[in-house]
Amino acid sequence: MAKRIDVSGLTAYYGAHKAIEDISMTVEPRSVTAFIGPSGCGKSTFLRTLNRMHEVTPGGRVEGKVLLDDEDLYGNGIDPVAVRRTIGMVFQRPNPFPTMSIFDNVAAGLRLNGSYKKSELSDIVERSLKGANLWNEVKDRLNKPGSGLSGGQQQRLCIARAIAVEPQVLLMDEPCSALDPISTLAIEDLIGELKERFTIVIVTHNMQQAARVSDRTAFFNLAAVGQPGRLIEIDDTERIFSNPSVQATEDYISGRFG
Amino acid sequence: MSTAPVSHRRASTLRGASLPKWSPWAIAVGSVAVAAGIGLGAGLDSKVQWGLIAAILFVLGTYAIAARVEGRRQAKDRVATSLVWVCFIVAVVPLASLIWETVKRGVKVFDVYFLTHSMGVVADTQPGGGIYHAIIGTLEQVAIATLIAVPIGVLTAIYLVEYGRGKLAKAVTFFVDVMTGIPSIVAGLFILSFWILILDMGYSGFAGSLALSILMMPVVVRSTEEMLKLVPNELREASLALGIPKWRTILKVVLPTSIGGITTGVMLAVARITGETAPVLLLVWGTSVINDNPFSDPQASLPLYIYQQYANSAGSGAAYDRAWAAALALIAFVMILNLAARGIARWKAPKTGR
Repeated sequence: MAKRIDVSGLTAYYGAHKAIEDISMTVEPRSVTAFIGPSGCGKSTFLRTLNRMHEVTPGGRVEGKVLLDDEDLYGNGIDPVAVRRTIGMVFQRPNPFPTMSIFDNVAAGLRLNGSYKKSELSDIVERSLKGANLWNEVKDRLNKPGSGLSGGQQQRLCIARAIAVEPQVLLMDEPCSALDPISTLAIEDLIGELKERFTIVIVTHNMQQAARVSDRTAFFNLAAVGQPGRLIEIDDTERIFSNPSVQATEDYISGRFG
Repeated sequence: MSTAPVSHRRASTLRGASLPKWSPWAIAVGSVAVAAGIGLGAGLDSKVQWGLIAAILFVLGTYAIAARVEGRRQAKDRVATSLVWVCFIVAVVPLASLIWETVKRGVKVFDVYFLTHSMGVVADTQPGGGIYHAIIGTLEQVAIATLIAVPIGVLTAIYLVEYGRGKLAKAVTFFVDVMTGIPSIVAGLFILSFWILILDMGYSGFAGSLALSILMMPVVVRSTEEMLKLVPNELREASLALGIPKWRTILKVVLPTSIGGITTGVMLAVARITGETAPVLLLVWGTSVINDNPFSDPQASLPLYIYQQYANSAGSGAAYDRAWAAALALIAFVMILNLAARGIARWKAPKTGR
């Protein structure tokens, strides 16, 4: 069920402003790919182009191709809603729906997409919460509001919500940047488990995190402020952190930036 | 500390001399007393003048005393506090006295008989009679106006916040702003010329509802718009990223999150049109008998009843008392609506507890 993503010549705009330019890469199925790079270099923008969330921003548009296995996500007649059902997303700040209980939060994607039987729903909710390592902490209070959980629990609730709709790919936009080290560890462990089933792409500012969780790492950079971001290189994580082929990558990773 | 002599207190750089806690009350009592003295001495009849003198004395006195004892910076702080209090009292006094007067004069004839009988067999100058026909009229007219205005208003707000871009949205916003400023008599005249003069329909509760809905719509649009803007974008993105279509996102995520605030806005708009007299006078015409059907023949309504009883009282105490009792009923109705709105807002607000 995990699928490969092939990006070729992708350029994304916000209105007239070109945010990222000419990015091509391959994301392997059942692996974790990490995006690193300085702020404003377009990592998050690129991530959002992968499930057509970029165009939700007013003025957002995209040129180039994103192939999911062999289908172009930006081709004619492709329904962005269907794309987002296939490629799920977890955001930087935990954002459970405040009006819904923990159960309803996890069931939201299913319930709002079609009709399910009550028993079927409880099975999926339980499986998703177990998949997000949250089941034991919340099984006694599934009817309580999701916003009453701690930040780390809320983020795992959002991951459970995202995997409940059984996507092929899971995009994570700095999922740990608002969390403490222990919650971060819980999520990193979870990513290790999830990659057995999903293709995972994670944006992170934490280079140790990228080294810990990812199989491949992509380094993004921008020439100057106001210039579009570019992909500098993508390679096996081990290679990027030990012997990168581009000088800029080494400078960034070792802290000698600029 | 406990052994430090009192004279050393001033030596600390962190502690200055300060007025005792009761000093604002003492200054307030003092300025009221002085104002009363000035009022009596100068022979001022109006208690409003006494109150203004007391307020001015209170603010100036606070500054003078505080500046002497505590220094200029603290004095300015105290003046700001005293100004806030004076403004609060100036705002509350008319409200409290209005409610006091209405209750005092209204309770004379306000009873179950008054609420359950009409004026059908009672001449305006006689005692007896009631407001049942006016309550029925107000309830029906306001309910129909709400049924017309709320769906249009809420949908307009959803368009403006969730979809509206470019010129059309700007034009809609502009016209909503213009509509907010329409005087109620103009709305009434518009429906009068359109509904009654051009389409040749008769006076009815429904004609009044049309005018009331014109007055209500911009208020609903504005308040709903503000509430929808408060919904964090992250929630919309979270929902869209789950593969939920935009319309279901709005219906199932955005609206439930803001429903408390929207309800409050609608209730306030309802409360506002409940007291409108001018369009009702033009379009509903008024009657002294019970008319349950809002779609044909004149109806009564509470504000109109108050006006007519007062205008026709002709020195009769009975009609005068009925006008006050109806005013009491109107205020109670609006207050109940407001309390209901607060209750709903609290009940529907996003839950944060564990």
